[in-house]
Amino acid sequence: MNAVAFGLRALWRDARAGELAALGAALAIAVATVTAIGFLTDRIGQAVALQAAEVLAADIRLSSPDALDTARLDAATEAGLKSATTLSFPSVVFAGDESVLASVHAVSTGYPLRGEIRVATSLLAEPAVVQTIPVPGEVWLDTALLARLGADVGATIELGAATFTVTNVLIYRPDQSPGFTGLAPSLIMNLADIPGTGLVGTGSRVRHGQLYAGTRDAVRQFAKQIKPTLEKSTRFEDRGDAGQQLNSAISRASRFLALASLVSLLLAAVAVAMSARRYAERHLDTAALMKSIGATQRFVIVSALTQLLVIGMIASSLGALLGYGAERILSVILAGLLRGDLPSPSMAPLIPGFGTAIILLTGFALPAVLRLGHTPPLRVLRRDLAPPPPGMILTYGAALIAIGALVYWSVRDLKLLAVILGGTTLTGGLLYLVGRLLIVWLARRRGRVGVAWRYGLANIARRGSHSAIQVVAFGLSIMVLLVLTLVRNDLLLGWRATLDDNAPNHFLINIQSDELAGVAQVLSTSGLGDPDFVPLVRARMTHINDVAVDERSYPTPRGRRLASRGANLTYADRLSATNNLVAGFWWTTDYTGPALVSVEIEAAEEMGLELGDRLKFILAGEELDAKVSSFRTVKWDSFEPNFFMVFSPAALAEYPRTFITSLKIPDGKRAELLRFVREYPSVSVIDIEAVLEQVRRVIDKAALAVQSVFAFTFLAGLIVLIAAVQTTLDERRYESALLRAFGARRRTVLAGIAAEFAALGLAAGVFAALGASVVGGLAAKQLFDLNYTPDPWLWLTGTVAGVLVVGVSGVVAARSAVNTPPVRTLRHV
Amino acid sequence: MSDLSTITLRADHLTKQVASPEGSLTILDDVSFKVERGRSVAICGPSGAGKSTLLALLAGLDDASSGRVWLDDIELGALDEDGRAALRAHRVGFVFQSFHLVPSLTALENVMLPLELDGARGPRERAREVLTSVGLAERLGHYPNQLSGGEKQRVAIARAFASGPAVLFADEPTGNLDSVTGKKIIDLLFALNQEQQATLVLVTHDEKLAARCDLRLDLLAGRLVDTQ
Repeated sequence: MNAVAFGLRALWRDARAGELAALGAALAIAVATVTAIGFLTDRIGQAVALQAAEVLAADIRLSSPDALDTARLDAATEAGLKSATTLSFPSVVFAGDESVLASVHAVSTGYPLRGEIRVATSLLAEPAVVQTIPVPGEVWLDTALLARLGADVGATIELGAATFTVTNVLIYRPDQSPGFTGLAPSLIMNLADIPGTGLVGTGSRVRHGQLYAGTRDAVRQFAKQIKPTLEKSTRFEDRGDAGQQLNSAISRASRFLALASLVSLLLAAVAVAMSARRYAERHLDTAALMKSIGATQRFVIVSALTQLLVIGMIASSLGALLGYGAERILSVILAGLLRGDLPSPSMAPLIPGFGTAIILLTGFALPAVLRLGHTPPLRVLRRDLAPPPPGMILTYGAALIAIGALVYWSVRDLKLLAVILGGTTLTGGLLYLVGRLLIVWLARRRGRVGVAWRYGLANIARRGSHSAIQVVAFGLSIMVLLVLTLVRNDLLLGWRATLDDNAPNHFLINIQSDELAGVAQVLSTSGLGDPDFVPLVRARMTHINDVAVDERSYPTPRGRRLASRGANLTYADRLSATNNLVAGFWWTTDYTGPALVSVEIEAAEEMGLELGDRLKFILAGEELDAKVSSFRTVKWDSFEPNFFMVFSPAALAEYPRTFITSLKIPDGKRAELLRFVREYPSVSVIDIEAVLEQVRRVIDKAALAVQSVFAFTFLAGLIVLIAAVQTTLDERRYESALLRAFGARRRTVLAGIAAEFAALGLAAGVFAALGASVVGGLAAKQLFDLNYTPDPWLWLTGTVAGVLVVGVSGVVAARSAVNTPPVRTLRHV
Repeated sequence: MSDLSTITLRADHLTKQVASPEGSLTILDDVSFKVERGRSVAICGPSGAGKSTLLALLAGLDDASSGRVWLDDIELGALDEDGRAALRAHRVGFVFQSFHLVPSLTALENVMLPLELDGARGPRERAREVLTSVGLAERLGHYPNQLSGGEKQRVAIARAFASGPAVLFADEPTGNLDSVTGKKIIDLLFALNQEQQATLVLVTHDEKLAARCDLRLDLLAGRLVDTQ
């Protein structure tokens, strides 16, 4: 009989005897978690991407100052994509005697391909979603334009050579720029009316646009097809280019999900490692016996590997099925939030699911199983003999490589990899050390306690490194459970708090210096708010380190655009609360020396700037030299006025400037806002409520998804706990049989076990709380850029949870060992 | 002196030392003897005399510090662990004090195990036949925890004899049994020994059992003090 066939038969016999349940369950849960998260992230990712696509009103947007090739529209139709055409240009709009420079947005039928247009039937009416665009002869004007023209719905306006009727107030269109510069009041009209206006001809300052949308694969294919054919002047944008604020929210959401999925994986890995170890230990006697009656080392290993492989296949199939089922249930729960037109999840997550099983088995179970092959046959005579422990390099090396592979597979993020690997190794090492110290400390104290405690404490001391490993396992799982319950809540709340209900929903820009006092007073007396005003100086960067910006090379195309376009500069004596200095220094409040500039870090990276670089600007016809003194991160999703470039105050104070501010205007104050617009017609009021709402929706969806995913992680944590208790079950069964045979009462034995687990739980709980605080703090700062203060309850909860959860689960699991009649256990041995 | 071809088991200056906190400890000291085919040997001595160590060295379960062992003219020291395992599969049977049955296997499957490992033909039939010969025809499908101590040891004996070994090692085979059951087990061992012409090597404290053997090796503190 060959080893494979023997392994299969032994597997069947083992399965019948219930020997494989723990390993199989750990593996199945791991695969179920990964698959469910994979399926879920797939769907959520699509939902979030769709949300992001709204910013473009499409999945792909092409724009150019020149006419775009219309053949692409036909190609898109052939590829199964929807398309629409847009034309944007500035023009003066007349209504009676009033005239205002407006941004005209002409669109073809089908617009917008993503997102919705919202309009109101009059200036103060409630907005509603419409599925159409203005019919020819009609236009929709936004609130600011109507206010400045002194008009309302029903008015007639002139645009070029044509006359139009205003039929709606334009409240929101998905692709309106969420920024706060270059925005004039706008109107939307039907593209078919453009020839009648006579406004667009050769040399007109227009921007041509083409929008495309479709299924993910079709869009990807189409993008690949058209990219090489684009004219130099054509700008290509896809979902990845969504607004700064939205991008920031989406990237946080993906980090949350990635973290949740990784934590589940790590926990599952620990559970697999522990149950594989138990599996191997329970097979030591059989391996020794087999070798004593003639089985070779290869035979023992091959038959064990066969078993491992089959367990892996069966458990991962079961896990994949479970994961798929869980995803179906979750998507029903999330149905209201996910879009109905989402395609079903692809089968792709099944591959990482099975891959995970293979990696987990190889990295975490294989060393334990290979060890079986080294079982000395002499164990049949001397049961205390065990195979030499596997080498450190084999065990930890395999585990580290496996974790690395899993992390790379799921997030492809080196920073996250470093945080996770560092955090796990550090916490694991610390917990192990604590475990060893605890054992030494307890061993000295057991003379002073009662019989039950003495028995329990003696057990901890005797099991030595095994107890320390248990502290690690308990500590890690409690830590994760703490992170999942308390820290997660804090993180999610912190995230929501960046966009609380008081987040500004309007920007006021273009406030002249001499209007500042008046604007502030009107805002205050009309109850609109008392905001801070931030100065804005228009400039253009001309040189970086004496090289003209156009002649320099940049790490990214966006870097080139950022450097060469007109720049909005500001100055400040203090760093804004939504900014964080990451390199360099900030000037003192009384600094009056040569101009210093602080640059937003991502912009700096894309432009290839270094600290100390010299930048030259043209401001109001004068040159200004400034030295880069620091880099900052900026919370774009705070919706405060933020800038790529912030100068030392003395550098810009003498240049012509305007002011901007942001404020929260409640719904009930729209009439006051209209009055303000009429009083200060030159101040532009930009409503960003819609953008804000979009970001909130992304956060809400992502938060819900993260919560659901964390439920799996929680389950994985519990499995680790159970696996950790189970690892000592056999030994406990024997010991309690022995004690009871000596006359100990059931209660005494149970109390001893409870004492042992409670002491382990206490140590694990204290350090889990410490670990959770550190991990929470690190994650908040490094990954999510949030402020996080550890909850003092964490310590109490950690300790109590440690003692209770580990104590109770230990006793429950070991109860069967105590309840088995001693004679049966002893005879069995 | 016997003809070399009739010798199944030979130990030559066997010594086993282990490291201990007090330095090197000699468990077995310069033991030499030989046993002819089909004979029975009792290894006797007080606890700690080195009986089980000697048995382990003779069966190739452990390496000697010095000295050599031949089993059927094959020197065990010249084989690696897998080579010794293969030798055991073909020519060695074991009966242990604590039976060592695989708990997840039935009596029949336990007996089939060495036959399957050896690649023997018809392991099921052969196992059934041997179990019947030890009086367990009615217990084939029972698991070890459903068997009495005597029955377990009979399964172990059936397993040991199933592949027709040249040498059968028994480590305190009656140590876990009452005297009546123990006697039955010993009778069975000797009967099968007779029938199959296997060499029987017993480790025992039992004087009566030792007296039934053809040869008796008395160990004291690792040294062979008497050979009868």
